[in-house]
Amino acid sequence: MSTSHVISSARTTGESGGEILRYTLGERVHHWLGALFYTYCLITGLAFWSPYMFWLAAVVGGGPTARFWHPWFGVAFTVSVGWMYKMWRGDLATTDTDRGWSRAIEHYIKNDDENLPPVGRFNYGQKLFFWLMFFGVLLLLLSGLGLWFVESIPWSLRWLRYLAVTVHVVAAMATIGAFIIHIYMSVFTEPESFQAMIHGRVAGAWARTYHRLWYEQVTKGRSAEK
Amino acid sequence: MSQATLAVRRISGHAGPAPGDDVERDYQVCKLIDTTTCIGCKACEVACLEWNGYTFTDTVFDNSYQTMPETAWNYWNLIKFNEHEREDGSITLLMRKDQCMHCADPGCLAACPADGAIVQYTNGIVDFQQQNCIGCGYCVSGCPFDIPKFNPATKKMFKCTLCVDRVSEGLEPACIKSCPTGCLHFGSKDDMKDLAETRAKQLRENYGIEKAGVYDPAGVGGTGVIYVLHDVTNPEAYGGLPKDPSIPWVVKFWKGPAKWIGNLAMLGGLLGVTLHYLRYGPKEVHDEDAKNGNGGRP
Repeated sequence: MSTSHVISSARTTGESGGEILRYTLGERVHHWLGALFYTYCLITGLAFWSPYMFWLAAVVGGGPTARFWHPWFGVAFTVSVGWMYKMWRGDLATTDTDRGWSRAIEHYIKNDDENLPPVGRFNYGQKLFFWLMFFGVLLLLLSGLGLWFVESIPWSLRWLRYLAVTVHVVAAMATIGAFIIHIYMSVFTEPESFQAMIHGRVAGAWARTYHRLWYEQVTKGRSAEK
Repeated sequence: MSQATLAVRRISGHAGPAPGDDVERDYQVCKLIDTTTCIGCKACEVACLEWNGYTFTDTVFDNSYQTMPETAWNYWNLIKFNEHEREDGSITLLMRKDQCMHCADPGCLAACPADGAIVQYTNGIVDFQQQNCIGCGYCVSGCPFDIPKFNPATKKMFKCTLCVDRVSEGLEPACIKSCPTGCLHFGSKDDMKDLAETRAKQLRENYGIEKAGVYDPAGVGGTGVIYVLHDVTNPEAYGGLPKDPSIPWVVKFWKGPAKWIGNLAMLGGLLGVTLHYLRYGPKEVHDEDAKNGNGGRP
């Protein structure tokens, strides 16, 4: 059975029980702002990373323009991640079920989701993604300031210039790895979660399958009404 | 440069070979700075500004004769003044004309991400092409001599060009023209190296300056600017001239192996998720309630 069936049947019957609000408008707006800022930094960063990708700078207005905006978008992305932390920190703490989930991650990878312990609003992989981005962007900002104002680092402390380069590259690579998996998971393996980030709603069956604890929590009130 | 390629190799109807055909040409240019005859007059600083079209900037007093603490984007030539205590306790003033060293193995060029923003000519001059510069400042991290400087107004990097515009027309750099003591020389790298070694030998043998020697650091493949120093074992005393400069290993790693490790990792990530999709495909919802016909409601 496809999930779209659930949504359409809910719509045709005029009942809202088939769909659950997963992301509020505010959450979606902040997510997509963050996505915009990160993607800009990614495209321009890759341009500065390798001569074979320098053409990417032309796509966003040329090398000098890319160089001018890259740090500012980086600052914006940091603020954006901070905002997401504020919005989601309650759902991002590691729980006991996460430990069980991470031990059973093989089932998640193999799409064997019924063998996984029930999950809250975010699964452990999503939490790890957030924390990697959170600490990644902190390191990127700190090292990025070193690259941005490289001449302000005195010659006697030049090891800081080299440290900034190293940290920026390592942190960027870590976030890129996480970003690839994030896009892949949300767009390809769980397309419904991509729709959720656009429309805000998910099918009840989807929520029950992948985020059972959260599903039970948000539907408790509704069941009681009936 | 261009004239060099027009040297005559063969001549028709000419008795004997073309004059100069067997000459071995040294296209590498070099500036020699003899710190032992520098008097710190700063004529080179003024000549540099004049030729390159910069107005004189405000000086920064730092308890010395030095014009400002470091070279600037619009001040490429700076004599560094350093009080130095000799072994016998007497004081001397070491004066060194600081500018881009025009390394054979330039760290700025290695670090630069912008296509064509830094070039090294066959004559050894390392030159910034501001029309291609994106102003990222990576060259600052790459340079072992702390030379490239950022112009905040144009957001481009600047440094000494070794007067490439003069040299390409067969003229000496402006600083060389202005030196009143003749402590600055310009010519081919081989000639300047010979002259420098001769001068260092003279200092050692005739003046008893035993540690006199030539500074042409091998760590950057030699430089297009070389010094005669009174004490070649202690270049740091001359306003922080590094003893054994080389491109920082972080920069070499960043621009070398790290690039390919990173690129392979990114490609590996894309390949990995593609293979995962082909093997496992999308996740499917286990929709028991829909099967039971209640539309997924609890």
